[in-house]
Amino acid sequence: MILVTLIAVLFVGGLACWLSERFNPDLPRLIALLTVLLDFALMFSLLGAEGTSTWVAVFEAPWISRFGISFYLAADGLSVLLLMLTAFLGVVAIGAAWDEVQERPGFFYFNLLWTLAGVVGVFTALDLFLFFFFWEVMLIPMYLIIAIWGHENKNYAAMKFFIFTQVTGMMMLVSILVLAYFHYLQLGSLSFNYHDLLNVSLTGEMGMWVMLGFFISFSTKLPSMPFHSWLPDAHSQAPTAGSVILAGVLLKTGAYGLIRFAVPLFPEASMAFAPVAMTLAAVSILYCAKVAFAQDDIKRLIAYTSVSHMGFVTLGIYAWNEQALQGAVMTMLAHGLSAAALFMLAGGLQHRIHTRNMPDMGGFWPKVPKMTAVAIFFSVAALGMPGLGNFIGEFLALIGAFQANVTLTVVAAFGLILASVYSLWVLQKVFQGEYNNRGFDDSHLTDLSRREMLYFAAMMIGLVWMGLYPQTFLSMSEPVLAQLLSESAQTLVTSLEGGL
Amino acid sequence: MTITIADLFLILPVLVLTGTAVLAMSAVAVGRNYPVTAFITVAGLLLAALSAVTLMPGTNQQVTPLLIVDPYSLFFTAVICLSAMFIAVLSYPYLEGLDDDREEYFLLLGVATVGAVVLVSSNHFVSALLGLETLSMSLYGMVAYTVHSQKADKYPLEASVKYLVLSAAASGFLLFGMALIYGQTGTLAFASLTDLSESSLGNGFSVVGLLLITAGLAFKLSLAPFHMWTPDVYEGAPMPATTYLATIGKAAVFVVLLRFVEISEALALAGILTVLSFLAVLSILAGNLLALLQQNVKRLLAYSSIAHMGYLLIAVVASYYVEGRVGIEAISFYLVAYIIMSLGAFGVTSMVSRSDCERDTIDDYRGLFWRQPLLAAVFTAMLLSLAGIPLTVGFIGKFYLFFAGVEAALWPLLAALIVGSGIGLYYYLRIIYRMLEPAVSPDQSTMSPELSFGSYGVVLCLSLLLLGLGIYPAPVIDLIEAISTYV
Repeated sequence: MILVTLIAVLFVGGLACWLSERFNPDLPRLIALLTVLLDFALMFSLLGAEGTSTWVAVFEAPWISRFGISFYLAADGLSVLLLMLTAFLGVVAIGAAWDEVQERPGFFYFNLLWTLAGVVGVFTALDLFLFFFFWEVMLIPMYLIIAIWGHENKNYAAMKFFIFTQVTGMMMLVSILVLAYFHYLQLGSLSFNYHDLLNVSLTGEMGMWVMLGFFISFSTKLPSMPFHSWLPDAHSQAPTAGSVILAGVLLKTGAYGLIRFAVPLFPEASMAFAPVAMTLAAVSILYCAKVAFAQDDIKRLIAYTSVSHMGFVTLGIYAWNEQALQGAVMTMLAHGLSAAALFMLAGGLQHRIHTRNMPDMGGFWPKVPKMTAVAIFFSVAALGMPGLGNFIGEFLALIGAFQANVTLTVVAAFGLILASVYSLWVLQKVFQGEYNNRGFDDSHLTDLSRREMLYFAAMMIGLVWMGLYPQTFLSMSEPVLAQLLSESAQTLVTSLEGGL
Repeated sequence: MTITIADLFLILPVLVLTGTAVLAMSAVAVGRNYPVTAFITVAGLLLAALSAVTLMPGTNQQVTPLLIVDPYSLFFTAVICLSAMFIAVLSYPYLEGLDDDREEYFLLLGVATVGAVVLVSSNHFVSALLGLETLSMSLYGMVAYTVHSQKADKYPLEASVKYLVLSAAASGFLLFGMALIYGQTGTLAFASLTDLSESSLGNGFSVVGLLLITAGLAFKLSLAPFHMWTPDVYEGAPMPATTYLATIGKAAVFVVLLRFVEISEALALAGILTVLSFLAVLSILAGNLLALLQQNVKRLLAYSSIAHMGYLLIAVVASYYVEGRVGIEAISFYLVAYIIMSLGAFGVTSMVSRSDCERDTIDDYRGLFWRQPLLAAVFTAMLLSLAGIPLTVGFIGKFYLFFAGVEAALWPLLAALIVGSGIGLYYYLRIIYRMLEPAVSPDQSTMSPELSFGSYGVVLCLSLLLLGLGIYPAPVIDLIEAISTYV
């Protein structure tokens, strides 16, 4: 029941925000903040509830019995980690929007909370129809956030975001339906239940096509080469809060989908496909790092680095061993924080000087010392400095991947070097050197406010925690990943025996 | 064969509708009174819908060789009568300011509905043709209704003549096809084709007949390449007539097509499936691609309706391959969904338009979200539903179509469905985006200051249906599953 509450609170809170705008334009943000904090608090109750199996909370109710669809929500350690990340970044996003969104705040927070509700649904749904339902539900409010509160080229960016995710989403829908239909053929009943569908054996060419439906959809959201081109546009045009949610949370739904659905449902096809996926990951890492380096727009730059970092996640997932998966999960969490922080910094800069063009900037250090310090911290985190969360994630992912594919891992590891190059490059261009003002109004170039410092401090603590004592997080995801691994190993063994 | 009282009782909806039309006509003869005529029509349509619902449990009987009264036909009778009632309510404010006689419009609307109801209850060529012609004849009048108005905003005459000529040609195709089949079988019942042996079909007359019938129906459904008339007629007609044409005019014909292919087992004949698949893919691509180019909302929705008819044909093709009735269920559910969302979308455009001032370019909707939030929210929901986004009934409908397609393993058609829906997103979102932009010109803010209470009720009711069935479709799915066994 707690899971239903988590989603319902956000939906209701969103409506309340919209309606409250009439009474006072400051009311929506307050309601939004309280709603997400309430949700966050409720999530802590999931931490104590260690059940006998890996699932800590389950809710199931019949929904559309004609198709064997049920309203089936469940959470395990992996979901809980991502739920916490969602709520935490939800609070951060509201903080980012606090002063920035002056226009129609009620509708803005409505969309923000509904996006979060969709994400919470995605992380908890275990009926594939329901999963797809939430997968799509989170799109529309995100579209509206970009299309209404975005920057100069918002229509194009919002449209591209929507069409990319929606079209690939439909491919996933077809795959889900094929899977459910094969369940009907093999086991005699229609079902969209995750546990039931794990028993379906789809092999050969059919298995590969159906797996590809999932893979394309998830790797578009992740995003990975060659489906990444929507992301730089969406990020650079979205308002800061939108970027925070997009980079911090929405991208993670793609990775979550790969871990939870794409690989476990089709272990055989995935293993056959792994070299291709890992190659794509390595290409993503290097190519997008290179492209990031060539950007002038600071938000586009960060967006490309996101794609690059997500490459480590794909690499880890398709290596499919415990270390690699742990690495992927840690990278998801750490990147969620560091990318969100970097987008907040870029958004903060844009809010102050109304440009994202880096050649126009330079030498901001003396004017905004606190901001510079924060920027250095998060850039260093993003480039993978030991002691911070991103290092743990990428290191584990590489160690794991090394066991699966040496060549690709070696190639991908060069991404760490490129990461240092572009991260330090940004610092140099924007904060170091002579003070440079080419054609923008710097009268509002003020240092970080206390509220902003509070948010950044919280994210810093998170990253340091992940870097110094990752065991807290690893031990939560460990049993889940172990079970996924043993299940898929079992399926592979069975099908091998069948083959012999 | 004599008709008994019991038979008459079974066709109560048709009788109520006919009575309504006669009553409305007499009322006009006594004295012109716009509200009274409108009220009689709305009440009659509601009554007909209620009588259909009451008859539904347990009725399954052939009334004369022409009409079949079973839960399936009664379900669609109820749906059509309710939709016609909604359209009547939406028409009222639209025509209120017309500088011409306004009462006969409702007469035409009532008669058209008689035709539609006969269509969904027919399993015989004669009743199908009678229903189709009754429907079309009334629609010519409805499309041309504002022709004598000095201030009419559109080109009703052009639209009506275009529709008349092409529709008559299509009826000619239909009749010739029926004649060819009659020449083979000697009967006009849909079931006649099943009696044919393989050898007599080999001579080709029946196949040609079927193809002619397919072409005739494809014209009425505006499937590509028989779609040329659709955007022009939609654009030129007064908004409520367009609404009628786009919803009931399509759904009733689709039901009769479905019944025809199911009863006659026409899909088993060589070539018919190929033709239908071809029509489906062509309609999906042509409809969606041409919709991209439109600046006029009516034309845009016209092209989108062409695409939607293409989506529906996928389920018709699938119904041949799948065991069980899932194809028929998919079609039935999607038709209901299509009626709800098209009514809603056209309803909003009707609400902001008047007979002397139609708001039908996309730019007219600029900033609607901030001027009329409720109306814009309804329009957005309808468009998202047409695009097949979850939380709306359009998604469940599309899910059904995908399901039928997957079960029948129609991969190329499913690919067309995905591509088509992807293109479709673009033009639906374009309208939504335009509504979100801030309004610029001052005259837009005066857009339809007085909105009628009844129209608000209708679009809100449709929105509730849209969301309700999108979130909890189980009751309607169960109902449709039950009635689909009768086709």
